[in-house]
Amino acid sequence: MDMPSESTVRAEVRAWLEANWDPALGLVEWRNKLADSGWGAPHWPKEWYGRDLPQALASVVDEEFARIGAVGVAKAGIRTLAAATILAHGTSLHKEKFLRRILTGEDTWCQLFSEPGSGSDMAAAVTRADFKGNKWVINGQKVWTTSAHRADWGLLLARANWDVPKHKGLAYFILDMKQPGVQVHPLRQMNGHASFNQVFFTDAMVEPEFLMAEVGDGWTVATTTLMHERRGADSLRSWATASKREGRIYDEERAEIATTMEPYKWYPQRAGRVDLVLERAKATGKINDPVIRQEIARLLIMAKTAEWTARRARAAQEQGRPQGPEGSLGKLVSSHVARAAARVHTYIAGADALLSGEDGALDGVIAEILVSVPATSIAGGTDEIQRNIIAERVLRMPKEPSVDTDKPFRDVPRNTVSS
Amino acid sequence: MRFSFTSEQDEFRTIVRRLLDARSPVSEVRRLMATDAGWDRDAWRKINQELGLTAIHVPEAYGGQGFGYAELAIVLEEMGRGLLCAPFFSTAALATTAILNAGTEAQKQALLPSIAAGDTTATLAFSEDDGGNDAASVAMTATSSGGAWRLDGVKSFVLDGHTADIVVVLARAPGSSGESGLSFFTVAGDAPGLQRRRLKTMDETRKLARLQFNGVEAQLLGEAGTAAAPFARTLQQAAVLLANEMVGGAEKLRQSALDYAKMRMQFGRSIASFQTTKHKAADMLADVELAKSAAYYAAAAVDENDDDMPAVASLAKACAAEAYLQTAIHAIQIHGGIGFTWDNDTHLWFKRAKSSEILFGDANHHRELMLQRWGH
Repeated sequence: MDMPSESTVRAEVRAWLEANWDPALGLVEWRNKLADSGWGAPHWPKEWYGRDLPQALASVVDEEFARIGAVGVAKAGIRTLAAATILAHGTSLHKEKFLRRILTGEDTWCQLFSEPGSGSDMAAAVTRADFKGNKWVINGQKVWTTSAHRADWGLLLARANWDVPKHKGLAYFILDMKQPGVQVHPLRQMNGHASFNQVFFTDAMVEPEFLMAEVGDGWTVATTTLMHERRGADSLRSWATASKREGRIYDEERAEIATTMEPYKWYPQRAGRVDLVLERAKATGKINDPVIRQEIARLLIMAKTAEWTARRARAAQEQGRPQGPEGSLGKLVSSHVARAAARVHTYIAGADALLSGEDGALDGVIAEILVSVPATSIAGGTDEIQRNIIAERVLRMPKEPSVDTDKPFRDVPRNTVSS
Repeated sequence: MRFSFTSEQDEFRTIVRRLLDARSPVSEVRRLMATDAGWDRDAWRKINQELGLTAIHVPEAYGGQGFGYAELAIVLEEMGRGLLCAPFFSTAALATTAILNAGTEAQKQALLPSIAAGDTTATLAFSEDDGGNDAASVAMTATSSGGAWRLDGVKSFVLDGHTADIVVVLARAPGSSGESGLSFFTVAGDAPGLQRRRLKTMDETRKLARLQFNGVEAQLLGEAGTAAAPFARTLQQAAVLLANEMVGGAEKLRQSALDYAKMRMQFGRSIASFQTTKHKAADMLADVELAKSAAYYAAAAVDENDDDMPAVASLAKACAAEAYLQTAIHAIQIHGGIGFTWDNDTHLWFKRAKSSEILFGDANHHRELMLQRWGH
């Protein structure tokens, strides 16, 4: 198959947008046009709402959308992970039923992987999937589930076979969240927000055709989802700037963004707010304290070099050169930056760091930094797991001898919590 | 700003590394560091002339190759990796840079071609007995009578000062202070009245000397009383180059500690399989890669004449100082007892990390400079 040139793609999408783009349309109506034309997800397969374009050409399409301010398909949240996983492992029934409504944003998805008893050791999930009668019956508990309270569908990792080693006994399901056997409760965090949920299953039902791949393939399918999660972690949040333009479709998109991004509103504080350090130091006069100056300088060096290291990785990627180790460090380094920033903010705020909300420094933003930063070194893979990944994949250091991967999961010692 | 090397630069790095691996193995480093000079004139001339290393950043008009600081930084990174014992930093990074920054056209024409050709070595003498790195600490006086300049005073911590053919000296007019009244001079290494004594150094691969000037005749470099600005710029560029040398050494230590951990068996398994070792190795990688990013960025900033260069130079030096030393500490720890022995090579780089940490000002000094240069 011949790949079209950049100018052909640009001309084609431009012509199509000129003929079709209309801000007076409803959001779903417009996105259905995008699905039908293949311009909403150009890197997807032709037979499933895409155009089989490589990522570089898909970016050209994005540029043309941005140029005239056209709204794109729904991109935020777990739905993109669901789409990637379904495209890779789903049946035509799955693709038929779910992909279009993912693009239009009509369906919301959540990811049901983590459990109270298995955080870093995700393959040790103990939520049960038992085949009874002609359905899968699900019992157990999931946690850290963003948007579960709004989700229509869940990507569920559950144990279907207890007599094989842990990675082998998992199954991956698409679960209907709107059923009596599924209960969702918000999980309040130490910073007072409740961005995640706990999800309880009591004889929840899954139709047999909503098993993805085979029983035993669950871990492989979950790996696809996680790979896309890592890849998209940065783009998710940079995407979420609402257009200021007027028109019905923009109003609808703004409402969608507000809802989707609500759980993430404290994320800037979680990263440490390095951007506030100098202005706070000047406002408080602490910029003249030689000890605090050293702390500030250390932080700024860390933040700058982290940024430049990411730029190095990106530059290598853009030139098609093999990525060096610098590309694997971002997550770990961002933890260091966040922690250092929280320390510096504490020194700068002094006694004001004792207070929160409207009594606290900067209307409580500083307090929110101090109590949000601990999440950075845990969420999305702890610092310890990041170091293991760097050591084993980048530095090729040997794995620790395993005590659980070769025996039936039934015999593996585990937490008593919800087992 | 450029964030990646070109394929020509990558190729150049490979060639430099291959040359240094062949001509300066650690056995040669150990041999030379035990000598009084600290380097071997014939051996260095051969290495230098094979690739024209001292000509790298010298403009073609003065017999050089006309490359930039990015290329010079690559050479230094490789030399830091190989711990080459040669008067390269003193000649190329310090003296040549000072001459380029301060010299008149005629002086550049006169001085640089033989340096570029590798026939002449040189150094820059600015610190005195207090080890200061700023213009204000310069006490050495320069007096002019009958069109001839004479220098009186002491310079110390002078890199390769006991062997340099030409010494570029920073001195001041009697009675002046701070940044005023400063001038650069060149002095022949064997000038009458110049007493040179090699100092015993903690890092034996980097030789330092104390130079006593008693009415030594000197040639003015540039215009009298105007050396403060070119001196400041020279030190900023030197800091950038040293940072690049340092990340080369840090990378070498990181790799050798990793290789050792993979090979060393204890408790029936490779110590590289213990999480405590893996986490240390991952942290070392992060430290070194971040320091590399700073050093490369700073070298690009010099080439692009970026306004931010002075601040970024200090940033890179401070970052490399902490990364190199921390890597060296971890490297010895990973080696265990053998890492504390003279026969194991780790201490050679540990000491280079220590000497580099202090040379041209430590990390505290440069962090403060960075904030000031950013206007905070």
